[in-house]
Amino acid sequence: MAFTIPKENYNGKVYEVELGVGDRAIKIGGESTLPFLSFEGEMPNRPSIAIEIQDLPPNDWPDTVKKVYEKVSSNPVAWAKFCQDELKADAVALRLISTHPDQKDTKPEDAAKLVSEVLNVISIPVIILGSEHIEKDIAVLKTVAETAKGKNCIIGKAQEENHKTIAAVAMANEHKLIAMSQLDVNLAKQLNILLTQMGFVKERILTDPMSSALGYGLEYTYSVMERIRLAALQQNDGAMQPPLVCDIGKNVWKTKETIAAEAELPEWGSLEERGIIWEAMTAAGMIMAGANLLVMRHPKAIELTKKLIEELR
Amino acid sequence: MALSGVEIFKHLPKTNCKKCGFPTCLAFAMKLAAKGVSIDACPDISEEAKKLLGEASAPPIRLITIGAGDKAVKVGEEVVLFRHDKKFFNPCGFAVAIKDTESSDEIKKKIEAVKTSEIDRVGQKLRVEMIAVTDAANDPAKFASVVKNVVDSAPGVPLILHSMNPSVIEAGLALCADKRPLIYAATNENAEAMAKLAKDKKCPLAIYANGLDALTSLSEKVKGLGVEDIVLDSGARKAKDMLEHFTMIRRSAVKKSFKPFGYPVIAFANRDDSMMEALIAGIGVMKYASIIVLSSIEKWKMLSLLTLRQNIYTDPQVPMQVEQKIYKVGEATDKSPVIVTTNFSLTYFIVRGEIENSKVPCWLAILDVEGLSVLTAWAAGKFSPAKIAAFVKESGIEKTVSHKEVIIPGYVAVLSGSLEEKLGEGWKVVVGPREANALPAFLKSRGA
Repeated sequence: MAFTIPKENYNGKVYEVELGVGDRAIKIGGESTLPFLSFEGEMPNRPSIAIEIQDLPPNDWPDTVKKVYEKVSSNPVAWAKFCQDELKADAVALRLISTHPDQKDTKPEDAAKLVSEVLNVISIPVIILGSEHIEKDIAVLKTVAETAKGKNCIIGKAQEENHKTIAAVAMANEHKLIAMSQLDVNLAKQLNILLTQMGFVKERILTDPMSSALGYGLEYTYSVMERIRLAALQQNDGAMQPPLVCDIGKNVWKTKETIAAEAELPEWGSLEERGIIWEAMTAAGMIMAGANLLVMRHPKAIELTKKLIEELR
Repeated sequence: MALSGVEIFKHLPKTNCKKCGFPTCLAFAMKLAAKGVSIDACPDISEEAKKLLGEASAPPIRLITIGAGDKAVKVGEEVVLFRHDKKFFNPCGFAVAIKDTESSDEIKKKIEAVKTSEIDRVGQKLRVEMIAVTDAANDPAKFASVVKNVVDSAPGVPLILHSMNPSVIEAGLALCADKRPLIYAATNENAEAMAKLAKDKKCPLAIYANGLDALTSLSEKVKGLGVEDIVLDSGARKAKDMLEHFTMIRRSAVKKSFKPFGYPVIAFANRDDSMMEALIAGIGVMKYASIIVLSSIEKWKMLSLLTLRQNIYTDPQVPMQVEQKIYKVGEATDKSPVIVTTNFSLTYFIVRGEIENSKVPCWLAILDVEGLSVLTAWAAGKFSPAKIAAFVKESGIEKTVSHKEVIIPGYVAVLSGSLEEKLGEGWKVVVGPREANALPAFLKSRGA
């Protein structure tokens, strides 16, 4: 019996999306195969990684990752510049966490001012994330999207309850949009359909299937993503073809595995390595399931993930 | 080749005797086609038909057992490419490599690490299953002495004997053949000698060839030499080759019934950087490796890999569950709030995580609803006032806390009146937030 390479024939592909402007713009997506299977299709762009920063000092982040940003994290502008210049980030994800009513309830205009300052000091693409408070995000993202006009940012996250307004401002100000649904293939598809029905160009959408951390539901996200990607390739389903974005840092760095001291749980081993591998392994899972853009926190976890991506290409 | 139920039916006795437990032979045939029952359940089938159907109904990837006794590792028998299509059946086994040139101190440490590798996660006991004794000295006596050391100090732990030299393998086998170690590996050069050892000692045999064409011919050659239990190594060591080779092997076996690849795959994830090694092994876990050999097994590393394996091999149709009981979160006291929710593991983890984030110690009362989420359990009548009340009463929480108040998820606010009634005199039911992420604000506001 002779071996023949078992190739699948796909008739669809993932949209290629460009983020940012000028020399530092990046492209994601565009593949016509499952992740890294170059024997049967093209994967023109490697998955990119955005480093997450926020508009409040990260007091609630575990020490392992908090200490890395100690010198800059009290000033989001310096933090953004540090990510670009020192850490050589592909992109920065600025989370406007202080706008949440339970945090500082920062006003949209103040958030916009910060966004403008950040955009002035860095030239890499910026993802602007709200606080995931349905009502407040409407006001905040509207204002910051206007401020960031012309920078081809990603604005997010639009959810079913607030997608209309957020999509409208993303469209009017020529940004890309993250559409997030609750860990379900059909909900992800439905939200993308709702967006296109209101005239949003589907090639400007990024799908967030709702990320999870290793050990805390990773398998759900993994399978939802695999199914979305198969639908994109096999069925050429336009509503399933936006690139996939996984916002993993915030899920990973609240798990017990990244927080509990070794003295408390000796069977879990060194806390420093444990936290870093937790984020990197989660990233590896998302990449294998089809992620095109990751939002992560720890530079060492990012470096490992990039090395893995290089080895997979 | 897979046969349809009707094709299988033609070979059955057609007596409808019911001895197989099915009402008719046709019903039995349908179940056979779906691989839901063994052909052995039919007592009257002819040997000829049994052989024919046995081959047809055999899983596309052979089940291989490494080791003996209750610590034996079973791998293979996978039937899908994607876990959502059915599930991945037999979790890959992890082995740590011990070179026979390592110092006795290093060897002792590694053996100890294997023996203490067990962790408990969502009620499952997970551990590093195997030790791969690796020939680096090309000295049968030296190899044998390390094998003896491992057999003596780690009784029951399945072994992989790793050498390309048949006389080294033979020396090792002399000490542990009855324990069914995996022999690694037969190559094109040593195939006859290795196959003879495997056959004589009734041990599984891994085969190593460079690339998938060479692996195909070697697989056929070794099978032709009479070895049934085979494990495949295509020489893939880089992440890309592992992913592509393993995908092609799994696809060939499952979708094309390509017999030379109808066996489990072994992967080696050796890297100088242990974190990188963990990620490479992770690729193996997700993409079809059945045995993964590591060069080191630090606890943080194994925690991540064992957790990943548990995640990937979880049955997508059966929700992961946690045990019904009252969990203490933080330094809870008799004044701390009591929060009730369901035993779906995700619900539990998320709720617990948010309570921990809030820094408000609580008692978390987890009700067994067969692993459903709150709304689903409520709709199915499993998260009902009667059941919650009975659980709260029987749990003994009344003796632990000095108040009579329980917090229920916001999605089942409708239950609160009826639950208060069922709990009886003096009890108060508080409606909590709908989503767990609102718990910290909720708990903090109550404390203030």
